[in-house]
Amino acid sequence: METGTGRGLLRFLTCGSVDDGKSTLIGRLLHDAGLIPDDQLEQARRDSRGRAEEDGGIDFSLLVDGLEAEREQSITIDVAYRYFATDRRSFIVADAPGHEQYTRNMATAASGASLAVLLVDARKGLLTQTRRHAIVASLMGIRHVVLAINKMDLVEDGEAVFAAIRQAFTVFSAPLGFRSVTAIPLSARRGDNVVHRSAAMPWHHGPTLLEHLETATAGDDPTEDGPLRFLVEWVNRPNLDFRGLSGTVLSGSLETGGAVTVWPSGRSARIDRIVTFDGDVAQARTGDAVTVTLDTAVDAGRGDLLSGPDDAPEVADQFAAHLLWMAEEPLIPGRSYLLRAGTRWVPATVTALRHAVKVETLEHGAATVLGLNAVGLCNLSTAAPLAFDPYEASRHTGSFILVDRLSNRTVGAGMIRHPLRRAANLHRQELAVSTAERAALKRQRPAVLWFTGLSGSGKSTIANRVERRLHTLGHHTMMLDGDNVRLGLNRDLGFTDADRVENIRRVGEVAKLMAEAGLIVLCAFIAPFRAEREAVRALLPDGAFLEVFVDTPLEECVRRDPKGLYAKARAGTLRNFTGVDSPYEAPDAPELRLDTTAEDADALAERVVELLHRKGIAEA
Amino acid sequence: MPISKAMPNLPDDLRLLEAEAIAILRETAASFTKPVLLYSIGKDSGVLLHLARKAFHPSPVPFPLLHVDTGWKFREMIAFRDATVRRLGLTLIVHRNEEGHARGIDPIRSGSALHTRVMKTEALRQALDLHGFDAAIGGARRDEEKSRAKERVFSIRNAAHAWDPRDQRPELWRLWNPRIQPGESVRVFPLSNWTEMDVWRYVAAQSIPVVPLYFAAERPVVHRSGALIMVDDGRLPLNPGETPEMRRVRFRTLGCYPLSGAIDSDAATVEDIIVEMRASRTSERQGRLIDGDEPASMERKKREGYF
Ligand SMILES: Nc1nc2c(ncn2[C@@H]2O[C@H](COP(=O)(O)OP(=O)(O)OP(=O)(O)O)[C@@H](O)[C@H]2O)c(=O)[nH]1
Ligand SMILES: [Mg+2]
Repeated sequence: METGTGRGLLRFLTCGSVDDGKSTLIGRLLHDAGLIPDDQLEQARRDSRGRAEEDGGIDFSLLVDGLEAEREQSITIDVAYRYFATDRRSFIVADAPGHEQYTRNMATAASGASLAVLLVDARKGLLTQTRRHAIVASLMGIRHVVLAINKMDLVEDGEAVFAAIRQAFTVFSAPLGFRSVTAIPLSARRGDNVVHRSAAMPWHHGPTLLEHLETATAGDDPTEDGPLRFLVEWVNRPNLDFRGLSGTVLSGSLETGGAVTVWPSGRSARIDRIVTFDGDVAQARTGDAVTVTLDTAVDAGRGDLLSGPDDAPEVADQFAAHLLWMAEEPLIPGRSYLLRAGTRWVPATVTALRHAVKVETLEHGAATVLGLNAVGLCNLSTAAPLAFDPYEASRHTGSFILVDRLSNRTVGAGMIRHPLRRAANLHRQELAVSTAERAALKRQRPAVLWFTGLSGSGKSTIANRVERRLHTLGHHTMMLDGDNVRLGLNRDLGFTDADRVENIRRVGEVAKLMAEAGLIVLCAFIAPFRAEREAVRALLPDGAFLEVFVDTPLEECVRRDPKGLYAKARAGTLRNFTGVDSPYEAPDAPELRLDTTAEDADALAERVVELLHRKGIAEA
Repeated sequence: MPISKAMPNLPDDLRLLEAEAIAILRETAASFTKPVLLYSIGKDSGVLLHLARKAFHPSPVPFPLLHVDTGWKFREMIAFRDATVRRLGLTLIVHRNEEGHARGIDPIRSGSALHTRVMKTEALRQALDLHGFDAAIGGARRDEEKSRAKERVFSIRNAAHAWDPRDQRPELWRLWNPRIQPGESVRVFPLSNWTEMDVWRYVAAQSIPVVPLYFAAERPVVHRSGALIMVDDGRLPLNPGETPEMRRVRFRTLGCYPLSGAIDSDAATVEDIIVEMRASRTSERQGRLIDGDEPASMERKKREGYF
């Protein structure tokens, strides 16, 4: 069976609500087009025993639902990719799951498709999940839709039902920016209007599904006439005489001798050679993977983007983007994530959640967090400038993912709207006196000592004794204490997860400024989440952040209860209290662990001072 | 150096598949400390190796090759492997599960399921752990099998090398997420989006050498559970009254010879193979005895750490 004959490839997905017949439709399409090998058909027939008597013995969804759990539950969990070709065209189809829980898998399928076949059960009409998938498809940049109204075999007066659903979708989808919507009535089970025209629906004069797919214009593949975007994937250094940039031409074309600009640095150079395994070439087209050398030794490496001199991408460290959240744990503004765009990885935070998009109705609503499968318009800020294009202009250079720093899971998918000009107008001012100079005058190395532990564990007590000792030894110090900061700088913050994250973010920034002033900064904060403590660590130079875990068991803290807070929390009069109804994530590898049940506060303070001596922060 | 105007002419779809695979290989080299290319000697491995040479040129391929040898590969495969490594100056690691070998596990008496688990799955896990490889690049394609159709390009495996198909990372655009925790490793599949036909068209377009067993020739075969099994050496026990018969056959996939079924064929060139495939009504894995055990056997093997 043939695939890929160079006549144009169509990437599409099937989506829609659970059980609307997506997998059955793909199986039916492949079967009726004669594309299922005999042995696979035989296998499907054996697997179908007892479940598809009336369909000639084959449950067509089994041809695509490839996981055991999927076949047992008769639902699709993850995307299946199938590759096929007819005489007229080759196709890659992604069969998406309909279940709401797996919306992120549907988004994954949509990210690579240029056309969506959106299924509707003729008996049920447009459901919440149908609308959600239409909106996600639109967000992911799909502009062509087939409204496949399925299970026509189960409705009376099909023509009227079909017309009503088509009308409802036209009204609903008007703001979604689809360039074409083609409605087709079909029965996946019977094979009506899938590959073969159905005698059961003589009123339908439009194409069958396959006819439409074979001829649909959905060419949004990278175009030669777009601006040059060359993504550097790998620095190629076989020896000292050769330094090449290996990458892919995402759009436009490259020519030897042509002027290029390296982003985000903005340095200019000319293409010296275009090297390939089959010899040097004078030109590389959109889609080509090549290695280029530049005529001058400009600094360029993995993560950089090359453009032509006159069609620069946007460069900013703040931008607005639509974000689809894909993790159980919600998105918290202010928390630090790793962002990947192109081949560049950079720490990033969502600085503002401007609104959440109701994926059923497109309405905007206020939100403080984004949960699993929610979509929001956000402002993001990255630790270093990023070169990008709006997603509308390019899926390749306008998209990003967010990754959790601890679990390494992919938690968000982003589509960039526009840069935020604030970043462009704010320039980091070079300071005349450096941190090192300020510290040298004080005969110390600046550092942030972060005391973390449960409420009542002894953080403030120990930190205060440490500071007194350091002061006596002639060091310049400053103490930031949780309660004090909350009475001033952070008095607008409460104790929800989102507010706790913002609390620590601000304290981290203040501690950083003080360390830059050359001080040894002592911070005594519960800081219950590992991610935030790691984010503060990332703000500071290597070795300048020292995490001190004041390790007092919860029972002991409750017994001591110096402020009477545990009693209130247990009585239910104090909410969101760490250790009681709010979590505490103990450090995995603190620089120092203090066991308060083994030694007294003075002895423990002495251990902290020893640590500072060992690390060369304070002179012994 | 001669400079041609543009890249050599590949049909557009193959050109894009090639570029995608190259980007994935570079991503692997850039993101892992110790990647390895699983070289199984078949056509997919051959294409993968060719792509790796292209991806990093003029640098050499920046990772070694690993062949997990069960001891039951066709003799022509081993000869081809050694010739390829010599010709291209590559580093090859051959690993065999010595403990399984000592226990006398073999594909005939132990059965295909046990043999595959011990000599392939366990052997692969052993080799990866032994050398501390954090990424293993393989030539598996989504079109081979329906649980493979659900696999990611960068597929995360836990410390026991197990695949959890219900909890895969979303993989959007080309923004792969190869980040792992200590102990975890990754299987990388640059040929995910290729079909069997793409592989042969590419082999033809790029004149990539393949093992002669893919081409029709007179070979001694016996009939076993509906398949034609080649008598490659004296270790295949013949049933009473069974005599090898010379037939003009070839193989669509290659593995351990007692488990690889041949097909009757006259296809003697890559072009012939492409013509034959266009007319074929059976799938590529049909001749493999190891998948046929039960419907979900591939998925189960993958959950145990099979490729
Ligand atoms: N009568 C009738 N039943 C159909 C038709 N298409 C699908 N079905 C049945 O609808 C049920 C669900 O089909 P699937 O193909 O698994 O649905 P799906 O949309 O892929 O479901 P998820 O992927 O889990 O969201 C099965 O029982 C099918 O046999 C149709 O055209 N007519
Ligand atoms: Mg399905």
